[in-house]
Amino acid sequence: MSDQQTTVRIIHGRLLDGEHDGSAVTTLLLQGGHIAAVGADAEIGDVDRVIDASGCLVAPGFIDLNCNLREPGNGQKGNIASESLAAARGGYTTVCASPDTSPVNDSSAVTNLIRDVAGRQSPIRILPLGAVTRGLEGELLSDMAGLTRAGCVALSNGGAQLRNARILRRCMAYARTFDLTLMLAPVNQALAADGYAHDGLVTSRLGLLGIPEVAETTAVMELLLLAEETGVRLHLNQLSCARSVEMVADAQRRGVAVSADVAMHQLLFTEDALAGFDSRFHVRPPLRTEADRQGLLAGVRDGVIGAIVSQHQPHDSAAKQAPLGATEPGLSTIESVLSMGLELVADGELTLSQLVVALTSGPAAVLGETASLAVGQRADLCVFDADASWQAGDDSLLSAGKHAPIRHCPLKGVVRHTLCAGVEAWGPGGD
Amino acid sequence: MTANDPSSQSLQLTGNGQLKHFLTLDGLDRALLTEILDTADSFIEVGERTIKKVPLLRGKTVVNLFFESSTRTRSTFELAAKRLSADVLNLDISTSATSKGESLSDTLLNLEAMASDMFVVRHSQSGAPHFIAESVTPGVAIINAGDGRHAHPTQAMLDMLTIRQHKGAFEGLKVAIVGDILHSRVARSQIRALNALGAEEVRVIAPGTLLPADVESLGCKVEYDMVRGMQDLDVVIMLRLQKERMEGALLPSEREFYRLYGLSQDKLALARPGCLVMHPGPINRGVEIESAVADGPQSVILNQVTNGIAVRMAVMSMAMSGQVSERTQVAGEQG
Amino acid sequence: MTALLNMDQLLDQLESGLREQMTRRGIESPTLIGIRTGGVWIADALKKRLGLTEPFGELDISFYRDDFSRIGLNPRVKPSHLPFETEGRDIVLVDDVIMSGRTIRAAMNEIFDYGRPASIILATLIDLGNRELPIQPDVVAQVLTLKETQRVKLRGPDPLHIEMRETE
Repeated sequence: MSDQQTTVRIIHGRLLDGEHDGSAVTTLLLQGGHIAAVGADAEIGDVDRVIDASGCLVAPGFIDLNCNLREPGNGQKGNIASESLAAARGGYTTVCASPDTSPVNDSSAVTNLIRDVAGRQSPIRILPLGAVTRGLEGELLSDMAGLTRAGCVALSNGGAQLRNARILRRCMAYARTFDLTLMLAPVNQALAADGYAHDGLVTSRLGLLGIPEVAETTAVMELLLLAEETGVRLHLNQLSCARSVEMVADAQRRGVAVSADVAMHQLLFTEDALAGFDSRFHVRPPLRTEADRQGLLAGVRDGVIGAIVSQHQPHDSAAKQAPLGATEPGLSTIESVLSMGLELVADGELTLSQLVVALTSGPAAVLGETASLAVGQRADLCVFDADASWQAGDDSLLSAGKHAPIRHCPLKGVVRHTLCAGVEAWGPGGD
Repeated sequence: MTANDPSSQSLQLTGNGQLKHFLTLDGLDRALLTEILDTADSFIEVGERTIKKVPLLRGKTVVNLFFESSTRTRSTFELAAKRLSADVLNLDISTSATSKGESLSDTLLNLEAMASDMFVVRHSQSGAPHFIAESVTPGVAIINAGDGRHAHPTQAMLDMLTIRQHKGAFEGLKVAIVGDILHSRVARSQIRALNALGAEEVRVIAPGTLLPADVESLGCKVEYDMVRGMQDLDVVIMLRLQKERMEGALLPSEREFYRLYGLSQDKLALARPGCLVMHPGPINRGVEIESAVADGPQSVILNQVTNGIAVRMAVMSMAMSGQVSERTQVAGEQG
Repeated sequence: MTALLNMDQLLDQLESGLREQMTRRGIESPTLIGIRTGGVWIADALKKRLGLTEPFGELDISFYRDDFSRIGLNPRVKPSHLPFETEGRDIVLVDDVIMSGRTIRAAMNEIFDYGRPASIILATLIDLGNRELPIQPDVVAQVLTLKETQRVKLRGPDPLHIEMRETE
């Protein structure tokens, strides 16, 4: 394997980022783990390795603000090694590790463990997210400053439901003190209760326990008002309602420091996915209506929703092999996000540029970083063939979770190379 | 984009449209529901004979898999299976496997070793019979005996049989279902059955706290006021009200519920003459229904047992038949 | 061949054969049971010819067939209808065609589930041979031997006639 001092030239690729629309074939030169030259300048001189990207798009590596790596944990659902490799295969060069591990990442000891294992076993960059409250129980503040010093890039509720506005307000005031970002998934616990599906047509017909839209929208409103008051930098995770997007847009217009993301599967699927009691689509927040899907897509197009996340939640098969309401929530998505996104592009629902921005520079901005193909940027790159296809199945998926959203049917979009700081994280090896 | 998984329709029907599992009434058309009712009629005649048994399922093993105990429903399934000459095994899983932490998948693996031909499933989770139908080896028929809030198709079909016996047909009928629709699997199946069989109007009468979201999408009209809701009715179906509904702030009190939504003689008088009164039982007298109405001439609450057995015999033999014809495409004729 | 299958003549044959059996056995008030569908039509005709006043029974043997495990349930099963006590009665079981004998086996099993008759006489319009069970009709109007490709079917109820056809 090559190291960061290697020089790499990527030829015949079409560049795709916020500036490049993927139409022009251009050469990239990587040196010292960074992009050293683009275009004619990149074609000069000897290099250690040449990557032929003919027929492929070259984009910044994808950045995931919400991914479950399941380590620490009992290993059945995956671990840092398995899930980071799956992420590299999916074109990701950076993933934020959700704090809802076992034990919860609410101490610098756990953060250090994650960074240590990631340093040795992950081909890509793993950024831990710390728990905003101890044990994610919503009662006591976690050592936010200590967690940040240990390497956590933000504090998150890991999808846990929000119960107490007074404690939330204190979390925000405390995080604001140290200029930390809070990443919170808006769910009002009292309204979500025991639900596991969007309260609407499908729950009504199938007799499922519903999570009403207001379980999210009241939480969004509460969080926005609290953020506005405390001045904290707030990032809302995994919106599922069109109404939430409107409220976020409104707050952004007022100058509230709020950003938001949406899980890729929310942009493709609706409540109808549960019609045959398909437990794979038991996700939180639940898949909602077509109008909500349209609202979320519009949010991505307008930039109100800055990032699309994988919300990758690998599970062992037993966790999904049960009647719907008894299964654990979450899809195994990290290897399918690109293909799902290309599906949206093919359907005309997003442009290629909108897609790549939401997977790269959008999430980077939430982390206070940038992601582009400009000279001087970290050489975190994804080289993919948008026309080649693959199929997700038990044998083909690298993740320990085999419950991918679209299985056994051809999916467009194959990642040929993922380079992390110029080093190959995924690909056929030296060619 | 929708998920690429089989719908319940393709799950419970064979390639040529025969029933092979009986999970839900969703996706079953009028012809098939009518066939169930007609076949049940033939089994009612069997129940009137000296020997109330036919050899149809001789040598077949039917397992009653009750993850939620219900003596009444289980007994009618057991009797139905025995009248079809099947061997019957009753497993009360609610007290054995699950309390030992065994998962449903593991329980099924153990049961498959018994070479059963049919599982009759009662479970507290909506969709559990679907899950089982997708998990078990082909050839085993699954009959839903009530799953969560989802469906109770045999109960609904026995109610349809009762209605047809009294009213002759479904055309022109106005039927109301009163009470806790939100938690009722029976109501969901009844609404579907009445729509499929061609009833003119299905009404649900309940306070907003006992109605599911978008309830009209099930194929019914909503009426909050029972006095108005009783107008022109041919059939009124009263649902059982569970005591725990007071706890989650769904209802203030039994007394208030009875005053507003209980079926009294006064309210029944607002319906069409001869309006049928039905109740899936067991009845809470003085909560859903006045005793005099429950015991009155318009009530058909008690004669539903015979129909219950006949409908279950029909569904069991039809599903077994579907499994048979899927396995063998042999068409034979007897001389 | 079709000339041989004149319905009136066949019914004459059946009636006289049946009267002879009844005389020999000393049966004065038999009760007729027809097997659906053809047997019911024949039973109806015999009832008129014998001048019986009691309604005849109709048997649907769908629940008693021995080939459920191969072909499943008849989707058009109708209730059997025996509007009388069978216990201790002299029954005339009527069917249009007998071949393997399996239908008659099923019918007799079904009749016994209603009660124990004193006797059963089996009357069939046509006997095609090819028996698979030790069951023989007491009265037959016509014995026929068909070629592999030939099929015979009773059509009715009005007019009642026998249809012969060649299969492809």
